Order: sequence, then structure tokens, then C-alpha cells
Amino acid sequence: MSAHLGTEAASGRGRTAPAAPARTVRPRRRIDWGRYYTWLVLAWLFTPILFMVAFSFNDPAGKHNITWQGFTFRWYANAFAHPTLNEAMFNSVSIALLSMVIAGVLGSLLGLALGRFSFRGKQLTNLVMFSAISAPEVVLGAALLSTFLMMNVTTGYWTTVIAHVMFCVSFVAITVRARVITLDPALEEAARDLGAGPFTTFRLVTLPMLFPAIMAGGLLAFALSIDDYIITTFVSGDVTTFPLWVWGSTRVGIPPQVNVMGTLLFGVGVLMAVVNVVMARRRS
Amino acid sequence: MVTTSSSTEESAVAERDRTTDEVAAIGLARVVKSYRSGSETVRAVGGVDLEIARGEFFSLLGPSGCGKTTTMRMIAGFEEPTEGVVRLSGRDVTGVPANHRDVNMVFQSYALFPHMSVAANVAFGLERKRVPKAEVKSRVAAMLELVELGHRARHRPAQLSGGQQQRVALARALVNEPGALLLDEPLGALDLKLRQSMQVELKRIQREVGITFVYVTHDQGEALTMSDRVAVMNNGLVEQLGTPAEIYERPATRFVADFIGTSNLLTGTVAGSDTAGRHRIDLESGATALSTALPPGVATGSTVHLTVRPEKVRMGTEPPTAADAPDGPACSLRGTVTETVYMGASTHYQVALDGGVEISVFRQNSSDSTLVAERGAPVWVWWDPRHSYALPS
Repeated sequence: MSAHLGTEAASGRGRTAPAAPARTVRPRRRIDWGRYYTWLVLAWLFTPILFMVAFSFNDPAGKHNITWQGFTFRWYANAFAHPTLNEAMFNSVSIALLSMVIAGVLGSLLGLALGRFSFRGKQLTNLVMFSAISAPEVVLGAALLSTFLMMNVTTGYWTTVIAHVMFCVSFVAITVRARVITLDPALEEAARDLGAGPFTTFRLVTLPMLFPAIMAGGLLAFALSIDDYIITTFVSGDVTTFPLWVWGSTRVGIPPQVNVMGTLLFGVGVLMAVVNVVMARRRS
Repeated sequence: MVTTSSSTEESAVAERDRTTDEVAAIGLARVVKSYRSGSETVRAVGGVDLEIARGEFFSLLGPSGCGKTTTMRMIAGFEEPTEGVVRLSGRDVTGVPANHRDVNMVFQSYALFPHMSVAANVAFGLERKRVPKAEVKSRVAAMLELVELGHRARHRPAQLSGGQQQRVALARALVNEPGALLLDEPLGALDLKLRQSMQVELKRIQREVGITFVYVTHDQGEALTMSDRVAVMNNGLVEQLGTPAEIYERPATRFVADFIGTSNLLTGTVAGSDTAGRHRIDLESGATALSTALPPGVATGSTVHLTVRPEKVRMGTEPPTAADAPDGPACSLRGTVTETVYMGASTHYQVALDGGVEISVFRQNSSDSTLVAERGAPVWVWWDPRHSYALPS
């Protein structure tokens, strides 16, 4: 930038005072800090993931999969060798899917209401929503546990689902609300004007317009649920999820199957993100 | 053209007591719309009566906040009047939701569905009416031809230019063959050149399809050039209703005179009438002017604003002779040219009259001598009494 300006200024001077001797401007190499910074951030983000993926191919000597020994596909062939790990993984995925769907529906409706209508208690709802996001998970977990105990509910699978839905709803609602606010209200009026009733208008115009936000919110809910540890420890009773299983096995050594499953999960996540981008590109 | 249930209803009405032509396409009777804003009530529309005839190009013209858009939204069914009745083809539709009204709207923002193709957008209304698929296809194709967008049917709205999107919005509304088409400042987002060509285009389409157009605009030029009739609105009320020529030539109120075009306003007192039915008005500056028309309810001695359009004012370096004004000038006022602006086809002068008032004078540059007077030159101005009107103050 500065070098560029320098040459321009020099040539400008040359034009106005042709008698002055022509100065040669040595082109200065520009250091593209932006580029280096971007790579730094990407490295920072992806190094742990790379280690996780790499160690899913490691062939460790003892119980601890922490030093590189050699390459093997053994753990992929025996990915499901630990029955309790399989069960924990199944619990995590099914809880995450349920949370995604339930929080997706509830959060979308909440986001729609908050973005579209003004009603008594709207500010309070906003406040509660943000406090659910900003409150420390330990506090939420402990509070939920005492709530369940007071209500004489046995903690387990469904209390975990309820807890996950609770903290995911706000994320979905905020994502959807942001989209609703930017939506031109004339779009729905146009649908009404062309003869569509309220339900048809929602189905053919509102919902398709909100769909990307609902998807984004749902995926966020899935991601938040599947790796939640703190709240889950409080409310899961004797049900074990993937993060709980991993934490429990640290004392005896984490088997490489954990890395395999982590890698597979990461692969599914990448795949969904790619599909989302492709679909969005085709839509526009 | 319109072969929906409403036309059979009309003929039933026609057989009963009047001809189809007499049933207004749109009728508003004492329509009021007020909003509660905090503790006070705001009247957006304060009692509007309108009868819009079948096939008419009708404009609602006024500054922003005058109630024109609210009036249109009450016709469309997006707002319900606080008081009064809305009729479409003689049928009372007050309280009927928008999706059950035989009118369609072209939105200012176009409001095209971005997730649908151009063809799907245009087909939306017909599909809601459960028109057979083959007929939908042919009608959509025909309508896209009418707006010259047949080759764009498969595109998404975002891939089209502003002018093309505008025409899709028009096609999407017109394909339903509504009883009336409502247009809410449809050309507002287009640049000047495109706006002018779309004005011609809209007029052509309206002639071809013969549908009643209700056009909301704040652009007086647009309203005057396209409309059969114009309602000038201000503060939620219709100030004047008439043809563009009536509105321009005989503004009924000071607001209309100010809002439409440029007007010279001279304040004076009605002094009396002469035998030819002309009224003498003593101007504040001490001079006397004549006017042929007095507003109703204005008697001798009351204060009026005398208005005359700048292009009707004549100007010369000498007082007017009998040849200049065969019927005798309405007045001849002395002044000094303070500004001359050459506009190509015409020259605009600002003249400071003796007594302080400044008026505008437009002269066509039809002869070689474009400048009648230089800046600072003393001049005389006069006009034909038929071209000046007294408005109540």
C-alpha cells in the first residue's frame, strides 16, 4: 500500500517538474500480515483435531495412547470393541438428535415470536434466554439436579434430554430471531394478497425463508448437546454419554477407539457443513 | 376479461337497478384509520370518501405520512378501517381478510419470493385458486410475454435487474386478473431513466389489460402523466380530487397549489367584483389584481391567496399594452429580476415585486431572444385573469 502510494507520488512529482532527476523507487516487499494471521488461526483451531485423527491410527505399546508408535488401521477394524463405549456413543447421538429436533421446533417458534410480535413479557423472555446462555454450566447443572430431586424425578436418559433441550433452545431461538428480523414483512403480505391463508403462507413462504436459520440453529443444538459434559454429569443418573465415558476412562487409559469415534463424528460434521454450503450455493 | 365470480355478482346488481359502469370498482365511505401510539390516538386517515371507476388509472398523491399508503392497505385488506366501509365492485369487504379480496398489490419492495423462480412467483396466485396446471402454465407464459420477461422464467428474482424484478411483481399481480391492481410507489426504487420508461410501460399495460389501477405515489410528475384522476392527500384527508389538468390548473387549496408544480402565491383582500364577474383583489403590496374565480364562502373583505402558475405569468421591460393583453391584464406589477436560470427549453426568472413578494416566471425559449431581461433589470409582470385563482387563506 505505502509502496504503491510512493510510486504514484514520485511520478506525480515527475510530471509537474520535468527538470527534476527521475528517482528510482525500489519496490518494497509487502508483508501480508493478514495471510499469516489467517494461517495461524487455522493452525490453532485444527492442531488438536489433527492430533485426534492421527492418534486414531496410532499403534500404542501400552494402555496410554499418547506417544506415536506406528501406523495401524486396527482400531477402525475394532471400532466397536468396547460395548460400554458403544452404548455411551449411542446415548450421546440419540440425545443430541432428540435435543436438536425438540429444541429446533421450540426454539424456532420462540425466535419467530420474539422477532415478529410484540407482547407482554417479551423483554423478560429475551433476558431469560440470554441468561440461559451466559449462566455457568455448573450452576445450571446443579440447579437442574436439585429441581429433579425436589420433584422426585429419577435422573437418567430423559432428564438429560430435558436438560439439553433447555440450554439448546436459546441458541436456536437467537439464530432464528436474527433471521426473522431481517425478513421483509411484505413477503408474507404478498402471499396473503395472492390468496394464501395464514397456514399456507407459513408453509410456502415463511418456513422456506427461515429454513437456513432453523438448520443452523439445529446443528448448533446437536453440536452443543453431543459434547456436553458438565450439565450432563449432574442430570444423567446412571446413563453414560460419550464425554462421560471418555472422562471416566482417563484414569485407566483412553482406548484409541475414542479417537476413532471422535474422528468419525468430526467427519460427519464436516460432511454436513459441506452439504449445507453446497445447498446454500444452489439456492442462490 | 375478468371472468371471476365478482363479474356475475355485478351483472346481478346491474339487472337490479343500475348499469355495470355505475358500480365503482372500489368505493370508500367515510373511512377512518386511527392508531394508538402510547397514550394518544393518531389519525392516519381521517374520513376518506372515494369512488374509483372500473378501468380507471387512479392515483393517490401526497407527501409521506399523508395517509395514502394506509388508504391503499385498507383496500388490500392489510389494515382494517377504524370506521367506515370499503367496497369492491359494490360488495362490502370491510373485515374480509386480504386473501379473500379480489385485488392484488405490487409492493414497493416488490416482495418477490426469493426461494422461487420467476415463473413460480407468477404462478403463486393462480395455484392458490386451484386453477388447472396446464392453464396456470399458459397464463404465466402469456403474462411473462406481456412484461417481456419470457426468457427469464427459470431465473431466481435475485438474478434479475431492478426493472425486471419490478415487471415480475407486476406480472405476479396481473396474472390473477384482479378487480383492481394496487401499486404502492412501484417505481420508487428505480433510477430516473428507467422510471420514465416504466411509466410509459405501465400505462401501456393498463390500457391492454383494462384493469383498474390504484397508484400510490409522492411523485406529482408520475401522478399527473399517468392518471385518469388524482386524489391529492394531506394529513389523512383528500384535499382535492380531479383530473390531472383540473388539479394542476385549478388547485382547490393552498396545499395543492404548493404541492403540485410551482405556484406563485400573493396575499390580498377581496375588494369587490366588476360587471364581467371578475373579482378585484387588493394585494398587500398596494397593487390590484383580478381573478375570475373565488372559493366558495369567501366574501368581500376576506383575505385570500391569489395563485398563478409561473408559466402563465408574462413579463416585459415595458408595461403591458392593449396588444399584449387584449382583455386587459389582471394586474400589472412592477419588479426587479433577481435571478435568471437558463433551463434549455425555458428560462426561469425570479422577480422581486415592489412591496417585497418574490415570484417565479417561466418563459419558453421559443424565439432567438432568450433573455427578456438581465438580472437587476426593472420589469413588468402581468397575466390573464382566467389564469389566476383565489384560494382561502
